[in-house]
Amino acid sequence: MTTTLAANRPAYDGKALDLTGKSGARAFRNTLATVLIVLCFLIALVPLLWILWTVVSKGYHLLLDANWWSQSQRGITVRRVGGGAYHAIMGTLIMSLLCALIAVPIAVMGAVYLVEYGKGTKAAKVVSFMIDILTGVPSIVAALFVYAVWITVLGFNRVGFAVSLALVLLMLPVVLRSTEEMLKLVPDELREAAYALGVPKWKTILKIVVPTAFGGIITGVMLGLARVMGETAPLLILVGYSKNINTNPFDGFMGALPTMINQDRTELALQPAADRVWAAALTLILLVLLLNILARTIARFSTIKSK
Amino acid sequence: MSVNRLLRVGTVAVASLGVLALSACGSDPEPSGSSNPSSSGSTSASGGDCPKGTLNAEGSTAQKNAIEEVIAKYNEKCADVTVNYNPTGSGAGIKQFNASQVDFAGSDSALKTVATDGGETEAAAAAKRCQGSPALNLPMVIGPITVAYNVDGLDKLVLDGPTAAKIFQGTIKAWNDPAIAKLNAGAKLPSAPIAVFFRSDESGTTENFAKYLSAAGGGAWTGKPAKKWTGTGAGKEKSAGVAEGVKSTKNSITYVEWSYAIDNKLGIAQIDTGAGPVELTADSASKALAAAKPAGTGSDLALKLDYATKAPGAYPIILATYEIACSKGLSAEKTALVKSFLSYFASADGQGALTDLHYAPLPEELRTKVDAAIQSIS
Amino acid sequence: MSSTDGTAPPDPPAGEPSAGEPPARATPAAEAPAKNLDLGPVGHLGDRLFAGLARGSGGLVVLIVAFVGIFLLALAIPALADDKSSFLFSRIWEPGGADPKFGIAALFYTTLISSVIAMVIAVPIAVGVALFTTYYAPKRLAAPVAHAVDLLAAVPSIIYGLWGILFFAPILRPVIDGLADALGWIPLFEKPASEDLGVVFTASVVLAIMILPVVTAISREIFAQTPVTHREGALALGATRWEMIRMAVLPYGRSGVVSASMLGLGRALGETIAVLIILSVPNGNDPWNSSIFAGGETFASKIANNAAEFDSPEKTGAYIAAGLVLFVVTFLVNSAARIIVARSTPGGKRQRRPRPDKALEGATP
Repeated sequence: MTTTLAANRPAYDGKALDLTGKSGARAFRNTLATVLIVLCFLIALVPLLWILWTVVSKGYHLLLDANWWSQSQRGITVRRVGGGAYHAIMGTLIMSLLCALIAVPIAVMGAVYLVEYGKGTKAAKVVSFMIDILTGVPSIVAALFVYAVWITVLGFNRVGFAVSLALVLLMLPVVLRSTEEMLKLVPDELREAAYALGVPKWKTILKIVVPTAFGGIITGVMLGLARVMGETAPLLILVGYSKNINTNPFDGFMGALPTMINQDRTELALQPAADRVWAAALTLILLVLLLNILARTIARFSTIKSK
Repeated sequence: MSVNRLLRVGTVAVASLGVLALSACGSDPEPSGSSNPSSSGSTSASGGDCPKGTLNAEGSTAQKNAIEEVIAKYNEKCADVTVNYNPTGSGAGIKQFNASQVDFAGSDSALKTVATDGGETEAAAAAKRCQGSPALNLPMVIGPITVAYNVDGLDKLVLDGPTAAKIFQGTIKAWNDPAIAKLNAGAKLPSAPIAVFFRSDESGTTENFAKYLSAAGGGAWTGKPAKKWTGTGAGKEKSAGVAEGVKSTKNSITYVEWSYAIDNKLGIAQIDTGAGPVELTADSASKALAAAKPAGTGSDLALKLDYATKAPGAYPIILATYEIACSKGLSAEKTALVKSFLSYFASADGQGALTDLHYAPLPEELRTKVDAAIQSIS
Repeated sequence: MSSTDGTAPPDPPAGEPSAGEPPARATPAAEAPAKNLDLGPVGHLGDRLFAGLARGSGGLVVLIVAFVGIFLLALAIPALADDKSSFLFSRIWEPGGADPKFGIAALFYTTLISSVIAMVIAVPIAVGVALFTTYYAPKRLAAPVAHAVDLLAAVPSIIYGLWGILFFAPILRPVIDGLADALGWIPLFEKPASEDLGVVFTASVVLAIMILPVVTAISREIFAQTPVTHREGALALGATRWEMIRMAVLPYGRSGVVSASMLGLGRALGETIAVLIILSVPNGNDPWNSSIFAGGETFASKIANNAAEFDSPEKTGAYIAAGLVLFVVTFLVNSAARIIVARSTPGGKRQRRPRPDKALEGATP
């Protein structure tokens, strides 16, 4: 800590800041900095609002139609209006929930290992290092890997589950890291109290540590889900797009919101297809937003009070 | 710190997601044109030969609009069949077909009988997938390829084979080149450089267009026709990419399927085959097809298109998309599905739906041959 | 790569699932090694099972990564062995066939230059936005702005690509022409031959917009955690707001900003579909053009554009080899971030949560 503080002393960067009196030059620099920072903000705001506006203004009207939420695209060609995104919403939810079902237990137990069992050991360092590597895996590489294993070696068909497997590779490090951070925040006093009462370690972790960090873990899961929902590359390689409702991730083609966008984006010159592109994008953003709000709510209700 | 409350919040979170997923019991939209809202299952009364099940197919992007339309119309007849078509490219279609991932494939060229990679041929791999029986090449969708351009004030552009080949090879670099000016007497050609766009993905459209340039270019086209572009220009992804590139770039030119040129409101060049400039119409495209000869014998319907045709009024740059299907070897259920759908595709009804989408229908003689080949599938 | 893990709520101490994060965020009590507390009965079955599960999960992670690496290597090596040109220094890409030739020089260049330009644009702006939301904006404005920026991380990357080429690229074109006119004598800024919109610079700016939310979110979280005592100490000495930020906030958040930037760089390097939609691909005949106002291909866009055509093992191997290089580059970037963070704060642990006792002790002169 002392090092950081030393760095903060005025003498730090050699040319000592003159803090005596509010000279004109200092006031000017302050104003200049304020202007630049506000300018940064405005510059950033323009494209960001522009994108959001593009998606919302072009996509919202289809979302107001009840059919959008309850119908598939079966029999709807790019030249026809109608149909909905139900098949794609279901596909996205099924594939990402299935992914969470696999990734979350591994991630939570992996974090438990790092924090409760392996702390400071060489093995834990290796695991930690591997998680960093996994974080850097681009989604297209993850998809290629699953394609090679699932289809080339094991000889299965392209199905939604294969996508879930590729998404696991992307979600695992996100959830593991955030869970690890949350477990670290659980005060040791709680653990010590449990041990003192003779509770075995595994029960302490399961009944005291994990529940205490539960809110944070859920937040991490939601953010991980949000990350994988918008992925396009694994869907392109690992499952065919279907305009029809398919709720079986182990058989047949399956729709998903990113691939629905990808299908219709080739026909942006046609109004019905263009409308669907932006509407599907807005739907995906809303889904992720919903997850984020859920994560925030849970986090608010369950902030760990360390003392 | 109440653990129970935490669990409750978590449960609510999971439950609300579940509710979102399940509350709306999804359904398929009613077939367009059916005014009777409760008849989605019973309109198939007319089709006595409607099986039930799911058919998966993949391949050529060139026929995407055509097959989507035909699937929609087929579903009006056979509501219990689900047909999925994934337009990922001809090569991908053949690959997925040979890997038994799909039930039939769409490809812009017939299965190759000569190995290109030193491995087994496409046709041999397909026969292996069909339990030893050969796979059929069924020409199904005839799509003209346009030479589409965007030049201000140029409403009409005429090109011939050698000029087109030089433009796409990069030897003609400016719009006011004497070779172009000679073909377009009186047209106001800008002195700007020509921006050429090509398909950066491997594509059957590229291969067929290169075949045309090679056949009609009088030696100006040096590359060997392949799915990968060998000429000049800047690459864009898929047909939509090149069409969008031309639309947003002045003084540009590309080759793209007819419907994309029309939908993006691009200029379409007339092609001078030596018998005068030919404008692209469904009629002029069909005329070129009439000049095509079957490449194989018997039930092998692979076509040999004559790109250098000089038949009057024939538009020479056309692309035949084949459906690749097993002649034998599929399960009984899949066989019935494939036969039912492809028969409809090759029927007068199915082909009739394509003209509005800027494809050329199969000539009647070829259509009956295709239909006979489909009926022979067992 | 439309990822949203930069959207951690700023208020609770939520874990930021970032790669370039310091390994430990110590609370005072957690510094005692946990193994010293392991007082449970050694032979307890539940304990052994549970510990086994936890170790198993850790081991599974190692196995998965090893498996991915080995698999990619195994598929890439035969193709690399057949490569008739230099894999690292050739820019020809003709895999497959009897005489496969492929090299990653051009891919490497475009990938790196586009990501670096994106960083140069995005990081200063992101820092500015983060400072704005933490120390300049009125409290009532700050939270909605922060949430709006977070929301942008939720926009799927395919939409950034579409928006980029359809709406943004035409607006950017005059900027490109202006830059090329002024700096055209440098090869990097050479004037483009055509009016084509799909140039590297456009892709870079869109990438910058895409990583802006991630870098902003992380920087914001770190700036907000500058100990109050540091800030008030500076102000009490009569510093202006800007001087307070220079003296207290920026030094405190520097390593965090570096790791956020590296995370953003990693994102930009691996971005697939947006780049694929925007960039024009140069043909194989023209001489190589190093200008950022020309087209190009990145590792990820090349793989995605050709994923449909992996029809022989040799061809697939070439693309997997390219994917492997991308994997290594991204990994190096992430590692660099960790090293920088570890170096810039001796001891390797950056203080995120204010520690009142020591902070006070240090702040009093």
